[in-house]
Amino acid sequence: MTTATRSPLAAVGSALVRDGSGPTAPGRSVKTPVMPRVAAMLVMAVFTVYFLLPIWWLLVAATKTRGDVLSTSPLWFADLNIVENVRDVLTYRNGLFGQWMANSALYAGVGALVATLLAAMCGYALAKYRFRGREAIFNIVLGGVLVPATALALPLFLLFSRVNLTDTYWAVLLPSVVSPFGVYLARIYAAASVPDELIEAARLDGAGEVRTFFGISSRLMTPALVTVFLFQFVAIWNNFFLPLIMLRDERKFPVTFGLYQWNTQLNQIPELNTYVLVGALLSIIPLIVAFLALQRFWRGGLGAGSVK
Amino acid sequence: MTTATTARPAAPPAPGRPQRHRSRRYGRAITFFVAPFGVLFLAFYLVPIGYAVWQSMLTVERDGTFGAARTVFGGFTQYQQVFQHTEFWESIGRVLLFGVVQVPVMLGLALVFALLLDSPLVKGKKFFRLAYFVPYAVPGVIAAIMWGFLYSPQLSPFTALTANVPVLGADLVLWAIANVVTWVYVGYNMLIIYSALLAIPSEVYEAAVLDGASQTRIARSIKIPMVMPAISLTAIFSIIGTLQLLAEPQVFRSFSSAVTSTFTPNMTVFTTSAVPNTSLAAAFSVVLALATFVLSFGFLKFSQRREAR
Repeated sequence: MTTATRSPLAAVGSALVRDGSGPTAPGRSVKTPVMPRVAAMLVMAVFTVYFLLPIWWLLVAATKTRGDVLSTSPLWFADLNIVENVRDVLTYRNGLFGQWMANSALYAGVGALVATLLAAMCGYALAKYRFRGREAIFNIVLGGVLVPATALALPLFLLFSRVNLTDTYWAVLLPSVVSPFGVYLARIYAAASVPDELIEAARLDGAGEVRTFFGISSRLMTPALVTVFLFQFVAIWNNFFLPLIMLRDERKFPVTFGLYQWNTQLNQIPELNTYVLVGALLSIIPLIVAFLALQRFWRGGLGAGSVK
Repeated sequence: MTTATTARPAAPPAPGRPQRHRSRRYGRAITFFVAPFGVLFLAFYLVPIGYAVWQSMLTVERDGTFGAARTVFGGFTQYQQVFQHTEFWESIGRVLLFGVVQVPVMLGLALVFALLLDSPLVKGKKFFRLAYFVPYAVPGVIAAIMWGFLYSPQLSPFTALTANVPVLGADLVLWAIANVVTWVYVGYNMLIIYSALLAIPSEVYEAAVLDGASQTRIARSIKIPMVMPAISLTAIFSIIGTLQLLAEPQVFRSFSSAVTSTFTPNMTVFTTSAVPNTSLAAAFSVVLALATFVLSFGFLKFSQRREAR
């Protein structure tokens, strides 16, 4: 079964870039009646509005002054105030917002990078070496995939408070570098895309196991690794419970949690109204850019043709 | 998914060479590859789980009303409290109700969109794929803030609607949150199913096309059965996600007084731990994790059995 080697998340990546090869791909086209086509396009168009309208609204609202947000048409621009708005957000409370964005980049960037490296190594070993306890390790890790991360937040807090590490960067960063799902994905992908003959050949050439992994195997695993990185990045960027339970000092907040805090103070501090909207817009731009920029890496198939 | 993975054979041992020998030869490399993840997985997954179970067995005792508190081993006393805790079970019931409605709606929409994208009926597939997926890039907190503004009678730009429909009232707020979750995750689930559709070799339905079967017929008889594994997988992830709901309802507390501090199980855990009653909160966590595991694992087995038939 070939589809089993494609993880659901890697599938998301390739589905974004690949084109449909449905039952009637162009070339052997079968005439379809007009009515179903119109109905289908209508459905797709209506839901496009549903998915994009809130983001469009946010984009428009972020360009307005606080008064205009409520008094002018919600879906079209009034006086463009975006530059002042952004400057206000960035300078408010000594650049707190910029600090939050940097924190998020640190938590998600470093966390996802380390998580990907560890998962790649472990998954590769589980796929390519036979050793005692291998299946046991894999099954425990697989069980870990089903343990919801939020169930760990409270015990992690209790453990970290024993060693006085709560309210530090480590408290959010350390638990983020463990991705059982990444190991699962790396194992499946390594088994399918790194040929044993290639590893044997590297051995005959005198390359050590570690060097073979970093020089050859990890490159063949790139599409899977990009996927692991991306989804771990998103998971950390979106994580709410861990910062909620671990962090007190607002200078250490990730941006989502910081905006949540501002949002709870809307009634006391009305100017936060604009800041929350502008901040929300600024905070989603990096993720959208990351998704678009990394799209082409998800294409996969680097290893095809290396053994023929 | 598990059947396919656990059954996958690893590199077969070279002929004539005993397996034990092979393993010893690469022992150091294997340790180098496995140990870093293994140690951290132990420290930040297995130990916390064990610690939560241990913590949930503890209980605080006092000598008289004003005596010093001390922590003693209490066995299952916390769990007795868990089972008598109405708010906790109300929150479980609430997310179950949420899941029973929201998960089928979300996955139904995702399936319809995936089938439409895979059919010849829709033009501009690339655009729709991306447009539907964009909300996934919006973190749950931010999505909840956005929709909270859109719903809120004081803040909403669409006052005509929000003034007349109490979206944030006690009756509707659960479904207002369901809409936020649906909005974020439909496109993501759609892409998982769509990718499973792309993986079906076109020969599979060539005969059906030649026989003049309609698109709906092909979808119902060929495509949907073939992507059932993908749908089951998205269902499992959705079930887990539903039981863990936290960020969206927590944000909605700023917009609606109908969202209590024990609205979802995880909010109950957080509220209880802030009291602080860590032992009871740990017991909640353990029960919730078990419930999640049983539900998702049960669903996995159930869907595997159906596929096997």
